[in-house]
Order: sequence, then structure tokens, then C-alpha cells
Amino acid sequence: MKISNDIVEKHGLKLEEYDLIKNLMEREPNLLELGIFSAMWNEHCSYKSSKIHLKKLPTKNSCVIQGPGENAGVIDIGDDDAIIFKIESHNHPSFIEPYQGAATGVGGILRDVFTMGARPIALLNSIHFGDPKNKKTRNLLHGVVSGIGGYGNCIGIPTVAGETKFNSTYNENILVNAMAVGHANKNKIFYSKAKGIDKSVVYVGSKTGRDGIHGASMASAEFDENSEEKKPTVQVGDPFTEKLLMEACLELMKDKSIISIQDMGAAGLTSSSVEMASKGNLGIEINLEKVPCREDKMTPYEIMLSESQERMLLIIDEKKEKSAEKIFRKWDLDFVVIGKTIEEKKLKLNHNDQKVADIPIDALASKAPLYDRKWNKTKLPEKKVKFNTLKKIKFEDTLIKILSSCNQSNKNWVTEQYDQMVMGDTLQRSGSDSALIKIHNKDKAVAVTVDSSANYCKSHPFTGGKQIVCESWRNLISVGAKPLAITNCLNFGNPENPDVMGQFAEAVSGMKEACEFLDFPVVSGNVSFYNGTNQRNIYPTPVIGGVGILNKMNYKKNHILKKESNLVLIVGKTFGHLYQSVFFEEIYSLFDGPPPEVNLLNERNNGKMVLDLIKKNLVSSIHDISAGGLIIALSEMCIGSELGIKIEKPKKMRNLFEYFYGEDQGRYVIEIEATNLNKVQKLLKENNIFNDVIGKVQKDYFELSDEFKINIKELYNLNNKWYYNY
Amino acid sequence: MNSSVIVFPGSNCDRDIAVALEKLQFKNKMVWHKDTELPKSDLIVIPGGFSYGDYLRSGAIAGKSLILKEVIRASEKGCPILGVCNGFQILIETGLLKGTLLRNKNLKFLSKDVYLKILNIKNKFCNKYTLNQVIKLNIAHNEGNYFTNEEHLKKLEDLELIPFKYCNEKGVIDENNNPNGSLNNIAGIFNENKNILGMMPHPERMINKLFSGDDGINLFSSLMN
Repeated sequence: MKISNDIVEKHGLKLEEYDLIKNLMEREPNLLELGIFSAMWNEHCSYKSSKIHLKKLPTKNSCVIQGPGENAGVIDIGDDDAIIFKIESHNHPSFIEPYQGAATGVGGILRDVFTMGARPIALLNSIHFGDPKNKKTRNLLHGVVSGIGGYGNCIGIPTVAGETKFNSTYNENILVNAMAVGHANKNKIFYSKAKGIDKSVVYVGSKTGRDGIHGASMASAEFDENSEEKKPTVQVGDPFTEKLLMEACLELMKDKSIISIQDMGAAGLTSSSVEMASKGNLGIEINLEKVPCREDKMTPYEIMLSESQERMLLIIDEKKEKSAEKIFRKWDLDFVVIGKTIEEKKLKLNHNDQKVADIPIDALASKAPLYDRKWNKTKLPEKKVKFNTLKKIKFEDTLIKILSSCNQSNKNWVTEQYDQMVMGDTLQRSGSDSALIKIHNKDKAVAVTVDSSANYCKSHPFTGGKQIVCESWRNLISVGAKPLAITNCLNFGNPENPDVMGQFAEAVSGMKEACEFLDFPVVSGNVSFYNGTNQRNIYPTPVIGGVGILNKMNYKKNHILKKESNLVLIVGKTFGHLYQSVFFEEIYSLFDGPPPEVNLLNERNNGKMVLDLIKKNLVSSIHDISAGGLIIALSEMCIGSELGIKIEKPKKMRNLFEYFYGEDQGRYVIEIEATNLNKVQKLLKENNIFNDVIGKVQKDYFELSDEFKINIKELYNLNNKWYYNY
Repeated sequence: MNSSVIVFPGSNCDRDIAVALEKLQFKNKMVWHKDTELPKSDLIVIPGGFSYGDYLRSGAIAGKSLILKEVIRASEKGCPILGVCNGFQILIETGLLKGTLLRNKNLKFLSKDVYLKILNIKNKFCNKYTLNQVIKLNIAHNEGNYFTNEEHLKKLEDLELIPFKYCNEKGVIDENNNPNGSLNNIAGIFNENKNILGMMPHPERMINKLFSGDDGINLFSSLMN
């Protein structure tokens, strides 16, 4: 078959890219080969627009064992324990088929983690939907939440933390990012790099079907009115089979049979085989008729481009083949030798003794196109609106409105659909600043959190990028953990648009600055471009997954008030920055102005000091101050406890709204025993950290003199009803 | 005391139960579903999870597995058998316990802490609790809405075969405190000999105060008596 321009474009390739293919091949590719190029060269797999920017990010420090480039990042948490984690997007499929899209997103990220030898111990997610009033939103929310739960609950990994947000920017492009965290022995980590010639290439797991063909290419283009037709490109998940695959792999990994292992994720058999060969600097030959297929008469094209789930590719020591096969048979899984490694650095495919493809590995991997796309800077927006010119409003009314709004209300409706306790090591569930998962049989735990702030990033991507790293850092500290490293999922619009590309470049620069300053490296991640429909792009939404270590379980902290008559302190300076705040958005529908400034020096000092106070056992409860400002943080400390706070009006602040709703960064609220006040204030003062006593813990009521007095149960109901009424 | 935990493909609370049993000094063995012999056991546990992916119907395929024949035989000799969550569903599928577990009333998977009122302590499983004690356990299931016919329900109530019911923290048993729609707020049931207990809540998840609580421990320690 002659390859026409039309066929090239249908494969999502530009005509210039096709010319490059012909150059690299020194001939015209056949249709199968073109399909393979399209799978490897699309944005999703090749990172062709993002790579030059991602290189800026710090990826190493003393705790990093493996940075980006492998299935997931690996960090050392001491005592031979390693934590393996990554976040990944499944945005496009989830919009088209929310349940399966979200479920397979979870399945995919879990495979990335157990492929490396880790038993997954926690799942997290960040999900963004359109305006609740948009007619698609409700279905998407229900589908995505039950899909995430459906997969995680069945495979038996607790879903312990996450965020669920609504904004009309996601009306036609929802975001579904899933993160998995696993635990391994640091001396038993498995990589995807192939080693040795003539070694068996083994296919294990589910059979290959016709689902998900060209899924990765779908995720590399904008949506239009015909996107519904893309349903067949969405894969179908089977968590039961994944559970078997996980147990079989982990069982096999107990000895040294596996030389290299790679899961078949985006672009299926194509990307897994190319990746292994490329990293190992060798070639792979596959006999496609040996691939276990779900349906009759599947063509080489379909076999190579299927994104059927729950499959893995292994390279196995020939002496261990029999024992390995026995393990997979025990778990009722396919185990088939489909090919071998070869010296010639090529991907060679045969089908019933006929050669069907022959492509140099380099052409697919290292020689794939890289773009330094044009990008525009985003100017820092001016502070135009003056607060005193806005319509007067009662403080109590604003608090009630915000606490019961879709974005600030609690997420019980969501988290109740996730099993948070299975595996028995969940030390702290969702609802706190970070969740805590105990390392099995040890007296320590990992802290995990996911965060994003699209409003800040939209307003000023550089500041937003910095802020979101800091927020992750703060959330880990707020449970008593030492922050260690992050994974990022960068959700952006069309990179061919210079404004979008600029948002990306600057958000990454902002992250770089914060990560470097806080010694908080990026060890894994994923870029999702083309989150747009008909030239309308989403707000830039980088999502950060943070991981920290709690060295003793007793250090565990949360935000729930502990004891009557304790004092409540604010740590960190308040300026009253209302631009891009929840308050401006919810109360005045004001969306302009700059995000709050991020002072990395203060962020680091305040964080380290707070962690020190926790270790000295001076903190009863703690909460970071983020979206919604001080008053929302204080409300959340009351909700879920039987106690309230009597807040004193600040003496120095000129405006109540600015003081309580301002979203200045680097701040925490801490609850301390009254007898420890001098000690705590002395320590803070010695380190030049601003603090102020703002109130006292009391029974039953959340109260601000002259403004409001709300019963705790009522406060809870206000905060809890939105989802159940939606 | 020797215990056996039956493991099916898709079981996922097997390790959690084993941890709880070992904490209580049981000598525990994991038993693979294809095994045809049970080790000597003073307690057999069928753990929670999604045996066979819940395909066909929760617990349906596991209920027909080889090892279950041995479990039934042991139960006839009076060996205590505990089925938690999916384990309860499996016990119902084997006919060892009667009734059925329907989809939750809100048609969603539901995972949360619930309160239970202990209604019967004269049995192997609850003798370390006090009568009418309110305990907190965690539930996580899609199909936990217990249903049975009137005659059987009457029997369950009359013969005190319901060890605990869902309630609020003060012990009030009513529809507002019925998480999944179970008949009469039933959270677990016995067979007539009270040597088999099926329950939806997970006692193995509440064995540590530092975590979420330890109200589940007494269920296991009762069995040591």
C-alpha cells in the first residue's frame, strides 16, 4: 500500500515528520511501520515539545536512586527501603469514557510502580471537572470517581489522598491524574534496560485485543465535535487480572530471573519493546503470531498498536524460563516467549514467517523529533481592583458561602467510594494535609499528597509553578514528615500555541527554582498537552505529587483540634493578598490580578521551624494555610473535631477580609498547649519567624468576636452537603 | 491456636487478617484455593477482597472452589469460621449462611467507619466484648445490603443469631445509621450453631490505636478463649 499524505495525517504525523521518517529509514515505510512511528513520535510518548524544558528540573540529590526516564522514580528512605512513585494523566480517555478512562489510568500507573519491583502501597489522584452547571459534569464526576474506586478497591491498594476541583475551564477537557506509590527493597529494583543478546523476550499478562489502538495518538491532539467517535480508542480495564499480574510479577521478582521488565502502557507492545531495546543499546525481534490474542485474525498493525491493559514484556534468563512460567501459570496468566534480543539495533517484526517490519531503534527513540517551540512570556498582571471599592458584605455570609461551595466543601462523597484502609497500613487517611502510610513491619511511614493551583498558574505561570511545589512541601510538613521528592503531571493546552508553550516553559522554570531551593527534586512525571477543544485551551494545571518521610510514627500530626483551652497560633507573615483567592472568585467573581508572592527563603525557614516544633513535641495539631486563607484553615481544624476556636480580631490588620481570606504563602496554623506558649514563641523569634496568637480552643463553637458564632455540627453540615445535593 | 486464611485469586485482605491473627499469637497459615487439604485449624478465615474479580456475582466462583469443600467439612465438625466482607459473601454462596447480600442502597461502593452495637456475647466471636457495647469498625463494599425472608429474619432475631447491628456512636439503631440498607441494620450473622460468623465490617482494620482504633481486636481475642 502506498502511503498518501492523507494516511500520514491520519496518523497524527506532520508531513515534515514523514519526510524525516523516510530519511531515517532510507526508504518508504509500510503501513505497519508508519503506525509504529506514529505511536513512538506522538507527543505523549516522545515528549518532543517538552523535553528541552524538562531538562531544567533538578532530578538528583542524596536520596534519589532513580530519576526520570524509567517507569517511575525511586528514592531511598533508609534501612534498605526504597519508595517508588509516579503520577500520570489519563485525561483524554476519561472525558470520552469516564469510568474506563479513569480505571485504566489507575491500572497504568500501578503497573509503572510494580514493574520496578515495588509493592504498591498507596494510590492518589487529582481530578478536575468543568462547571457543575455544565450538563456533562455530573456524569463525568460520577464515572471518574467510580472508575478510580473500581480499580483501586478491587486490586486492593488503598486510595488515600487526592483533590477534586471544578472550573469551567475544564468543561470540555477534564483532568484525571493518578499517582501510585510503592515500597521496595532498594537492592531489588528492576529496570527496563535490556541486557544480553539472544535472550528470550517474554509476553505475560492479558491477551491482546483490539482496544485502545492509537490511544496515545488520541492523547496527542485537541478534541473537536467528533471526539465522541474516539470511544473505541479507550481501553477497558480489568483490575482482577492486574491483581494476578502484580502478584505473579512480585513473586517472580523474589529471585533473579528477570533481566529487564517493562509494562505495556501507552503504545503497547511497540513502546515497551522499543524502550527496552533503546535503553539496552540492542535490537529486538518479535514473531507476532506468537502474541496471545483475544480476537481472531488480528493484523500485525493491530497487535503492535493495541493498548490492551494488564500486559508486561520481560527479558528473562533462559535458565529461569521454566520456573518463571510456572509462577504465571499458577496465577492463570499467559506466558509466551514471543521473540529475542538481537545484536543489530533494530525492531524486526515477523508474522507467520514473513518479515513485516524492520526499523532502526534509534529512528524510533533517540532520533525522534525534538522541538524548541516558540513561546511567549506571561506578564505579571497588575493589581487593578481596590478592595474598598467593592460592595460591602457580611463576613459570616461569605464564610458560609465559601465553606458550602463545590470547591471548598469536604470530599467525603468522593473518598467514601475509595477503600482507604485495605493493606492495613493506612496511618492517616485523606482529609488531612497529607496521607500517611506505614512501611509494613517498620516504625516509619511515608507521607503523600497531590496538589495543584490552576488559578495561580493561569495568572502567572512562573509564580504558580513555584507556589505549587511549595504547597506540596508544606502539606508534607503539616503531618510531621520531612519532604523528600516529587513527581509532576503537567497538564497544558496545545503546545503549538506560543502562549500555551510559554505557560509550560515558565511553570517549569518556577518549579525548578522552588525544587532547587527546597532540595526537593523531581524524580518522575508525565506531560499532557493538547488539553483543549476547538482552540480553547485549559488553564495551565501542573499537578505535583509529593512524598515525605515520617521517621517515627509518633510524630504523626493532623489538623484536627485536640484539646479545649489550647492556643491557636499563626506562623508566617500575613499581608492580605486577595487576588486569585477563593474569596475573590466565590464572592465577587473576580479573576484578575497576580497570584500571591512566593518567598522561598521564608517558605524554607518556616517549614523547617515548624517541623522542629513538631519533633520537640510542642504542636498538638497543625494545618497549612492555602486556598481560602486563614479562616478556611481554621474552619477545617474545627470540622471533624468536637471542638471550636474563639478567634480574637487582630489588632494590627486594617481589613478583616484581607486578614482572614488572604492567601499569602508560607503560613501554618498550629495548636499548642497554653503552657508551651513562651517556649514556642521564643523558638520562633530566635529564627525570625513571625507568629501571633489568634485564638483559643473552646467547646462546640467556631467564633469570631462581633462577626459570627457557629456551632461545630452546623459548620460540618455546611461543609458536607454540596456533593450529596449535587 | 492454629488459624488458616483461605486465599483466592483476587483476595486482598488476606495479609491484613494474617497480621491481626499473628498479633494475637495465632499460628497462622495461608491456604491457596487450589489446595485440597486444610492444615489443622482452630479457626478458618475467609478474607475480604474481590475473589475472581467479583465476576458473575460476588463470591459466586470462590464458593465453588475445591478448598471450600474442606471448609464446609470443618464447619460441620464445629470449627469456628469467620468470613469478612467478600468472605461473608462467599459463605452465603456456599449456603453455610442464609440470606443474600444486595447492592448498597445508594448503589455505590461505600468505605467508611461505622458504629456497631454488640447484641450477643455468648458466642465464640464476641465474648470479650460487653453486651450493648458500641464499637467502631470500617466497612468497604459494594454489596453489603443484607436481605432475607421474613421467616429467616424472625429466626435470626429469635435465636440471637445477629451479633451486631449498625448504629450511631450512642448505640441508636435506626435507618439514619444504616449505611448500606441492610434489613434491621444487620452487620453480621451466625449460623444456628454460632460457629460460623459472616460480617461486612472489617475487624482486622481496627487493631491499632495509633491508626484508626482497636475495637476489632476483641473479636480475635474472643476466639482465643
